[in-house]
Amino acid sequence: MNRIKQRFESLRQQGRKALIPYVVLGDPAKDVTLPVMHALVESGADIIELGVPFSDPSAEGPVIQKAHERALSNGSSLRDALALVKQFRETDSVTPVLLMGYANPIERMGYESFVEKAIESGVDAVLTVDLPPEEAEEFNEQLKEAGLENIFLIAPTSTHERQKMVANMAGGFIYYVSLKGVTGAGHLDLDSVRANVTHIRSLTELPVCVGFGIKDGASARAVAELSDGAVVGSVVVNQIAELAEKGEADPAIYAKAVSAIIADMRKALDS
Amino acid sequence: MNSNKSVDYSQVPDARGHFGPYGGRFVSETLISALDELEAIYRKLKDDPEFQAQIDYDLAHYVGRPSPLYFAERWTRETGGAQLYLKREDLNHTGAHKINNTIGQALLAKHTGKKRVIAETGAGQHGVATATVAARLGLECHVFMGEEDIHRQSLNVYRMKLLGATVIPVTSGSKTLKDAMNEAMRDWVTNVDNTFYIIGTCAGPHPYPELVRNFQSVIGREARQQSLDQTGKLPDALVACVGGGSNAIGLFHPFLADDSVAMYGVEAGGFGLETGKHAAPLNDGIPGILHGNRTYLMEDENGQIIETHSISAGLDYPGVGPEHSWLKDIGRVNYVTINDDEAMAAFRSLTKVEGIMPALETSHAVAYAEKLAREMDPDQIVIVNLSGRGDKDILTVAEIDGITV
Repeated sequence: MNRIKQRFESLRQQGRKALIPYVVLGDPAKDVTLPVMHALVESGADIIELGVPFSDPSAEGPVIQKAHERALSNGSSLRDALALVKQFRETDSVTPVLLMGYANPIERMGYESFVEKAIESGVDAVLTVDLPPEEAEEFNEQLKEAGLENIFLIAPTSTHERQKMVANMAGGFIYYVSLKGVTGAGHLDLDSVRANVTHIRSLTELPVCVGFGIKDGASARAVAELSDGAVVGSVVVNQIAELAEKGEADPAIYAKAVSAIIADMRKALDS
Repeated sequence: MNSNKSVDYSQVPDARGHFGPYGGRFVSETLISALDELEAIYRKLKDDPEFQAQIDYDLAHYVGRPSPLYFAERWTRETGGAQLYLKREDLNHTGAHKINNTIGQALLAKHTGKKRVIAETGAGQHGVATATVAARLGLECHVFMGEEDIHRQSLNVYRMKLLGATVIPVTSGSKTLKDAMNEAMRDWVTNVDNTFYIIGTCAGPHPYPELVRNFQSVIGREARQQSLDQTGKLPDALVACVGGGSNAIGLFHPFLADDSVAMYGVEAGGFGLETGKHAAPLNDGIPGILHGNRTYLMEDENGQIIETHSISAGLDYPGVGPEHSWLKDIGRVNYVTINDDEAMAAFRSLTKVEGIMPALETSHAVAYAEKLAREMDPDQIVIVNLSGRGDKDILTVAEIDGITV
C-alpha cells in the first residue's frame, strides 16, 4: 500500500482530518526547504505538498507567484525537487510527498524519465495544475503503472459529468478547489463546498480534501468538517515571504515560523 | 516546398483542438466549463446566417473592409524582382488587423450575456481593438499589459483609457505580453461567471486558436479574390510577421490548399538568432506547454519559459499559435527571422518610398519580403500582410534617433 493510502487509512482510524501544507521548493533559498519540510511534519502535517517553481504559474495568486519567483532566482528546478524528496526520505520514510506544479517542466524532462526519477526519489503523488483529464491520459497511464498517484482538481465550475470523469481518473485523493479564483483568494463559500464535496463523495471512494482560500485554523476546520482534509498554501508561503523580505538566511528560523502556523491549524483541526 | 495534398486543412483542429500534436486545452479545471461554454456558443453561431451577417455588416461599416490590396509600384521598382503587393490591414479602424477578431469575439460575448470583457495586450493594438468594441457595445473592459510594454507603447495606453478601458499594469515575471496573459487568465478564473476573455492571438486553450483564425481569415479570403481580380492569378508567395501569429494565420489559411502559393512567417530575430536574444520559437525553440496549449516555446533546459527580446512589443512573446507549430512541422509554411536592425531599416524605407508607415511588428514582414522579392522574377507576385500602421511606434523610433517628441 502506498504512503497516501496508508496515511488516510490511519487518519480514518483515528477519526482525524488531513492537514496538507504547501511550500515552494527553494523558497527563498535551496537550503531552507528540507528543514521546513521536517518542521511541517513535526508540527502536525500529514502530507507535504511541494510546489515545483515555474516561470508562468498562471493559477497562483500574488503570494505564491512571488514564492515561485524567489525560487527561480536561485535556480531551483524540478531536478532539485526530486533530489530534495530523496534527501527528505533519508530520515522520513512515512510522510507522503506530493509534487504540485505545471506541465512544462515535466514535459521537458520527459514523462518517462520523470516517472522513473520520481519513484526513485520517493515521491508519492503528482498534481499538475494545467493538465486536466482530457490532456492527461498518457501521463496518467505512466504514473499509474509506476504506482504514483495522480491528484486531480475539481472546481466549483466542474459539472457533474466532469466530476465523474475526474473521479474515474484520479488517484490518492480528490483536491476540491473551494473557490473560483487563484490560490490565496479570500471568498470561501462553505455551502458550495458542502454541496460539491457531498456529490464527489457519491462518485468515489477516494478521500476529498479542500484547498484554496484557507486562511486560518477556523477556516481549515470549517472545510475539514465537510471533507477529509484541508490544504493550506498561501498562509504558510506568506510567512516565508515575510522572513525572506527581512533578509533572513537561517533555515532554522523558517522552520520555526512555519511550525507555529501548522501547530495552530493542527490544534484547530483536532479540537 | 512540400506538397500536402493529403491534408484537409479545413478539418484541423480536431474536436479537442489539436493541430497534430499541438494545441489542446492545458488549463486548470476551473476554466474548463467556461471554455466548453465558449465552444458551444461558437459552434452554434458559426454557421448561423444572422450572426455571420452581423459580422459582415460590422466589418464593412465599422472596420471599413474590404481592405485594399495595393500594388506598391515604387517599392517594387526600388527593390527589384517580384511585384510587391500590400494587404492594407493598417487601414482598418484602429489601425491593425486585431479588430477583425475583437468584432467577432465581442459578438460572442454579447451572446453569452457577460457584461465584462478582459484582454491581454503587448503592443497595445489588441487592447485598443478590444477597448473599441467594448465601448461600442457598452461592455466593461479591463486590459492587462506588462509594465515594460506600457512604457514602450504609451500612446496606445492613453488611447485605451480614452476609450473607457481600465489598463492594469502587470509587474510579474518579465513584465511583457506573456505575463499579461498569465494575469488575464488569473482574472478570468476569478470572475469566470461574468467575464468574457477576448484573447488577441491564435494561441491559448481550445477553441481560441480556431476561432481567432476563423475571424482573421477574412484577410486571406479577400486577398485571394483581390489577387485573382487584380492580377488574374494567385500570388506566388505570402509574407506575414509572426508573434502569436494571428495576422499570418488569417492571411495564410485560405491559401493553404493552393500548393503553388509559398508562405513565409517572419519571426522576430531580435539581436540575432545566434545571440539567443530574440523571440523566434519556431526557429530556435522546442515544443512545450504554456498558456493553455502545446506549441513551440522559448524555454531553458528545466522547462522554464525564458525572456524574449524584440524591438516590437507585439512580437515579444515566447510562444506561437499551435497551428503555426503544426504548419512548420508538416513543411507547409517556411518560418524565417528578421533582426531588429533589419526591421528598423524596412520601417524607414517603406515610409519613404511608399508613404506608408508600417508598425514595427509589420516591418519584419516588409524586410523579409524585400529579400525574398529580389530572388524572384518580375512576373511573380508577393503579397505582404501590412498588418498594422506605425503611428504607435513613433516614440520608439524617435528615441532610437535621439529625438524627444
